[in-house]
Amino acid sequence: MSDKPETKQFEPTIIGFTCNWCSYRAADMAGTARMKYAPNVRLIRLMCSGRLDPMFVFKAFAGGADAVLISGCHPGDCHYINQNYKAMRRFQLMKRVLAQLGIEPARLKLLWASAAEGAIFASEITKFVEEVRALGPLNFNATGFENQPKVEHKEVPA
Amino acid sequence: MTQRITIDPITRLEGHGKIEIFLNDDGDVANTYFQIPELRGFERFCVGRPVEELPLLTNRICGVCPEAHHMAGAKAADAVYGVDIPSTAKKLRELLYMAFYCTDHTTHFYALGGPDFVMGPDAPVAERNILGVIHKVGLEIAGKVLQMRKYGHDTVEIIGGRKVHPCTSIPGGLTKGITEEQRVEIEKMGRWAVEFGQFSLKLFADVVLANKTYLDLILGDIYTHRTYSMGMVDENNKVNFYDGKVRVTGPDGKELVKYAPKEYLDNIAEHVEPWTYLKFPYLKKVGWKGFVDGADSGVYMATPLSRLNAADGMATPLAQVEYDKFYKTLGGKPVHQRLAIHWARLIELLYAAERWVELATDPEITSPNFHTIPTATPTEGVGIVEAPRGTLTHHYWTDERGVVTKVNLIVGTTNNNAPITMSIMKAASSLIKKGNVNEGLLNMVEMAFRAYDPCFGCETHSLQGQMPLEIRILKPDGEIVEVLKQFIE
Amino acid sequence: MSKPKFAMYWAASCGGCEIAVLNTNEKILDVDANFEVVFWPVAMDAKYKDVEAMEDGSILLTLFNGGIRNDENEHIAKLLRKKSKILVAFGSCACEGCIPGLANFSPSRDITDTAFSTISTDNPDNVRPQTHYMMPEGEITIPTIYPVLRTLEQVVDVDYYMPGCPPESHQIAAVIDLIIQVLQGKAELPPKGATIGAGNSTVCDECKRKRNVKLIKEFGRIQLMHADPDLCLLEQGIPCNGPATRSGCNARCPSAGAQCIGCYGPAEGVQDYGSRLIAAFASVIDSEKPDEIDKILDGLVDPAGQFYRFNLAGSMLRAGKSAKVSGD
Ligand code: SF4
Ligand code: SF4
Ligand code: SF4
Ligand code: FES
Repeated sequence: MSDKPETKQFEPTIIGFTCNWCSYRAADMAGTARMKYAPNVRLIRLMCSGRLDPMFVFKAFAGGADAVLISGCHPGDCHYINQNYKAMRRFQLMKRVLAQLGIEPARLKLLWASAAEGAIFASEITKFVEEVRALGPLNFNATGFENQPKVEHKEVPA
Repeated sequence: MTQRITIDPITRLEGHGKIEIFLNDDGDVANTYFQIPELRGFERFCVGRPVEELPLLTNRICGVCPEAHHMAGAKAADAVYGVDIPSTAKKLRELLYMAFYCTDHTTHFYALGGPDFVMGPDAPVAERNILGVIHKVGLEIAGKVLQMRKYGHDTVEIIGGRKVHPCTSIPGGLTKGITEEQRVEIEKMGRWAVEFGQFSLKLFADVVLANKTYLDLILGDIYTHRTYSMGMVDENNKVNFYDGKVRVTGPDGKELVKYAPKEYLDNIAEHVEPWTYLKFPYLKKVGWKGFVDGADSGVYMATPLSRLNAADGMATPLAQVEYDKFYKTLGGKPVHQRLAIHWARLIELLYAAERWVELATDPEITSPNFHTIPTATPTEGVGIVEAPRGTLTHHYWTDERGVVTKVNLIVGTTNNNAPITMSIMKAASSLIKKGNVNEGLLNMVEMAFRAYDPCFGCETHSLQGQMPLEIRILKPDGEIVEVLKQFIE
Repeated sequence: MSKPKFAMYWAASCGGCEIAVLNTNEKILDVDANFEVVFWPVAMDAKYKDVEAMEDGSILLTLFNGGIRNDENEHIAKLLRKKSKILVAFGSCACEGCIPGLANFSPSRDITDTAFSTISTDNPDNVRPQTHYMMPEGEITIPTIYPVLRTLEQVVDVDYYMPGCPPESHQIAAVIDLIIQVLQGKAELPPKGATIGAGNSTVCDECKRKRNVKLIKEFGRIQLMHADPDLCLLEQGIPCNGPATRSGCNARCPSAGAQCIGCYGPAEGVQDYGSRLIAAFASVIDSEKPDEIDKILDGLVDPAGQFYRFNLAGSMLRAGKSAKVSGD
């Protein structure tokens, strides 16, 4: 890991949704242990990955995120029994929908991490940042309008 | 010096079709252009969708004739799976379609095209609309018209699930059948429709045929084009709206070709002009020769009149009597006078009503056998029905999962794009001489246009109801010489 | 005293919304009795210039159907907004883009390219319609088509939304009744921004099919099975949009054996229609294994089309940011 990012290199904005019980703690641990991980990720804490409304993900993309991370407890460890499986099913379906909407599925990542896995969490994030950097900015044009040539309104010469 | 006349339906900003007339140095018509300014792209965005959705998606091409798209779409999807649908499903679909035809032809005769006749072409513009008709023929008839519309839609709803944009036709048949109580109800409404059809023809005879001025107008040259005629026929060459082969007869009335839906590409091609979004279909075997009449020009019409011309008769008894009378009155087959389309429409209305009763009393109609599960791998299929405004062709290609990879549509009104253009040219040429624009121009152009019952919802998005028109005559420097208006105060 | 003024207009519409209004039959006469109809192209003289000449806000009620596909549509939307006190986005096209909004999946170039190169098109020189074209006699023009279809609220401020493709006639009749009662001082208008002529729950809530909270191992296709007429279609694997779709139609399609395709748009409180369906469909899948889940999902052949069939233009990812997303 390089200390200083190269100047002018693309810094992706990533929104991360984490579960309160494991992955958020993993992230917290990574932070307190001063494990270095890319600062591109803004974490949003949920009580459980199963609480992740697909709408949050779409809203993140529409709002300018280049990628979205969803993380939760390892299969079997969810504090709400099997809600993380629900997150997984949603994740797999969301990727398909995003692809059809013109957003590379690789911009959405699911990561299982326990409270103790701060290091893994940090390195996975760094890896993800690099992957997204390689994809380049999303520049999602939600209106489909701004980047289009301006329409000339010309009066019909009668 | 070239003068330009722009006829813009409704307003210049409406975008629902526009007519440009150019005059030459002598003040005679140099050329006319009929333009369609919209394009919605169904052929593009239906790609990627599951084929069973196409009868639902293509409904939204036109809310006036969604039933036609629903049927053509369902038939194309059946063909994609190579599935033979049970005869109950076929009859139910046709029954729905007959009820729709009755409603649609009624609306167009009484509210749109008919007022020209019922009120007379010379009646004040403000009266040549449905309200004028009501005032002239009386509220009782208006009530009947509403009743016909209601019965048609009720039947569509019983079989199709919804009044507008029906939802029950799927590859292999239907999602539901009908009960005996529903059948009784439908039969009752159908019998009423037969009476209504007879009544409408009588009204036409009393008001129009008994009046020499109107008859002369129908038979006049301004509205005559000797083109090919297209229409679907059954195995006995009788008019059919739901199923059969497409038959094309020449200006002389002789059969040019009779093709099965899947052979349409050998027979039809679409010409493109850079100044309109609407294409111009023509007969491939004859070729595109421009906007001209005659046996050497591939231009054809697809209207109630052409369906009568292309067939040998009607499959139901009362309609057949009217069919014979029609040709006897108008001097034999084929008839090329475009205003006769209105009359032909009423004969079709009667046929549809009779067929409605036939189907509603068919013992098979209440059978629970309304769907066959397709088993073949889906590939490609064509579905054709007669939409009220012309032969409607849907052609789908899919991958092996039945996901659409390509779509081709040739929709009702589009068929008549070239003939409409020609009728406008003809009406304009005969009414504009030496720079003198006859006051009746608007009226006559509009009548020529409306006989086709054009509904550009089919290709673009708009329903041409009343046709408010504005003609501007301008000098080359843009100075307005004269503005003629109709419907626009 | 002069009657309040009424207008109805179609932009990029199929005409079905107008037919639905006509299908209210005798209610049309009520409209006529209580309003002065000043602008309604399908039913009467379209005095466009008269509208322009009207005082701002002088039309009490305008029902606007159809999406915004070209500069003309936009122009008239803005004009009618200015002239109307109450502007209703009428029907799915105006509310959320509807089926024509599926065009937003593809660049507008593709749309024209496809239309003018279909198999039956005879176009050796690859001609495309030109907005301005020089004929020997002079230049003729056609309007420019916008790159995407937009909903009414993405162009002007909207007071009420009336969903449905088209809105059911009984719902239209109820709205006409309500407004007449308001005019007579017997009722009050709903708060601005409300959805009218529809319910507050979902199509599932109105659906008579039995639900057993059954999970599925595969998605099915309606034509490839004989669906049980009494059981929930989604629980039989048939992709039905009932769970996210607003009530109001009496679950018309499921009652007729067909899946709800979602024409009433997002149910109350649903911010993004497709997201809600992703959640709903994900929860009926009976698997916890990624591979198996993928296999089950393969049976859903067009997820984005399924989830945004009527809603693409109005959805979070294809909507005007300013209109929906940032405003939350
Ligand atoms: S909402 Fe539906 S019925 Fe209304 S105009 Fe749009 S497509 Fe037609
Ligand atoms: S999913 Fe469809 S079939 Fe099932 S209850 Fe909801 S609306 Fe009815
Ligand atoms: S069931 Fe769904 S698709 Fe059918 S009318 Fe109701 S909302 Fe529209
Ligand atoms: S509690 Fe962590 S994923 Fe459910």
